[in-house]
Amino acid sequence: MEHDVIIIGSGPAGLAAAVAARGRDKSVLVIGNRWQDSPLAKAERVENYLGLPGRTGMELLEEFHRHAEQAGAEFVTGKALALMVWNGFSVTVGSQVFKGNALILTPGVVRQSKYPGEAEFLGRGVSYCATCDGMLYRNRPVVVVGLSPDAPKEANYLKRLGCQTVYVSPKQPEGLEEDIPFLRAGRLAVKGEGTVSALEVDGAEIPCAGVFILRPAVAPTDLLPELRTENGAIQVDRQMATNLPGVFAAGDCTGAPLQAAKAVGEGHIAGLSACRYLDDLGTF
Amino acid sequence: MVHFNEKSFQAALKEDGLLMVDFWAPWCGPCQMLGPVIESLAEQYEGKAVIGKVNTDEEPVLSIGLGVSNIPTVIFFKNGREIHREIGAMPPQVYARVLEENV
Repeated sequence: MEHDVIIIGSGPAGLAAAVAARGRDKSVLVIGNRWQDSPLAKAERVENYLGLPGRTGMELLEEFHRHAEQAGAEFVTGKALALMVWNGFSVTVGSQVFKGNALILTPGVVRQSKYPGEAEFLGRGVSYCATCDGMLYRNRPVVVVGLSPDAPKEANYLKRLGCQTVYVSPKQPEGLEEDIPFLRAGRLAVKGEGTVSALEVDGAEIPCAGVFILRPAVAPTDLLPELRTENGAIQVDRQMATNLPGVFAAGDCTGAPLQAAKAVGEGHIAGLSACRYLDDLGTF
Repeated sequence: MVHFNEKSFQAALKEDGLLMVDFWAPWCGPCQMLGPVIESLAEQYEGKAVIGKVNTDEEPVLSIGLGVSNIPTVIFFKNGREIHREIGAMPPQVYARVLEENV
C-alpha cells in the first residue's frame, strides 16, 4: 500500500501534520499506538491550549483525531518496527509493509536507553518481534520483557508456539494468559556467552534461549541510524526538515517545551514541508 | 534468485565463490520489506555471486543450525565459510559493500 506521506506517531504533532498534508491533497497514513495511549491523554486539564482552556488531554486528543480522520487521513494502529530508505520509504508494522514518498517523525519522547547486554546479543537471542522470530525459538525457554500494551498478546503467541514463556514487566500486565508466570521487575540485564543464556532480573537469573524486548515504540535513531540528534532530540531546521532528505520531524521528539501547542505548530509546518518536498520531487 | 532447501544449500556451500543467503519467512514484515532489495542485488550481481533465500518456516533445522535467531538475517559465505552476517532489514548498500569487498 503506497501513500504520499507516512507519519510515524499519532499524537498532536502527527495529527496536525496529517491535517496539513491532507489540505494539500496528499494521501496520508498515520502509524502509531492508539491515540488514547498518548501521554497527553493523562493530562487532567490543559490550560494553555489557545482558545480551548480547561479541556482534558483526552478531550483534545479525541477532537484532534476526529479532525484528522475527517480530513481523510488513514490510520494504522501498531508499532513501526523497521524502516527502509530505498525508492522512497518502507515501514513495517507487524507483518505489513507500508510505502511512502515522504516521512514525518512524530513519535513523542521515545526512551533510547538499552539494557546491559541487549545490543551485544541482538541476533543471538535478543529479539524485538515475537511474530517474526518466535518460530525460531519453538519449544525453548524465552522471556518477554513487556513494556508495550500489546506485549501480553505477543507473550501468549510465543506460549502457543510451544515456548516456555516467562513475562517480566514493571507493571501488572493485562490480557496475559494465566499459565504464563509474571515477574514484576525493574533492573534487567541480558546474559550469555556467544548466545543468550539468561535474563538477569533484579539480580536473579532466569535461564532462557531468547529475550523478546517489546517496547511501545522503536526509537527514531534505531529506525534511521543516520538521523542527527542532540541530547536525544531530533535536529530540525525551521522547516522541520531533518538531516535526511524527505524526512521531517515534529513535536516532543524535537525537544522541549513538551507542549501540545508547540507539537501542533511544528506538525503543521512538517506537513507542509513534506508536501513541498513531494512537489519538488516532481512526482505530482 | 535461488530458493534453497537444505540439499541445494549444502550443494551451493561446496562451490567456490561468494554466496549470500537471506533467511526469511512469509509472516515477517521486515522480511517482506527486504525481499525486493535482495532481488535487485541478485540481478545486479548475477555471475559474480550466488544470491538466494531460505524460508525458515520450511527449513527450520537448517536455519537454527546456522544460528539464525532473528529474521531477516543475511549470511555471506566465501568458499564455503561464513564471512559475515547482517541482522535486520538494511538498505541495499549495506549488503553491496560486503559483496564488493569479497567478489
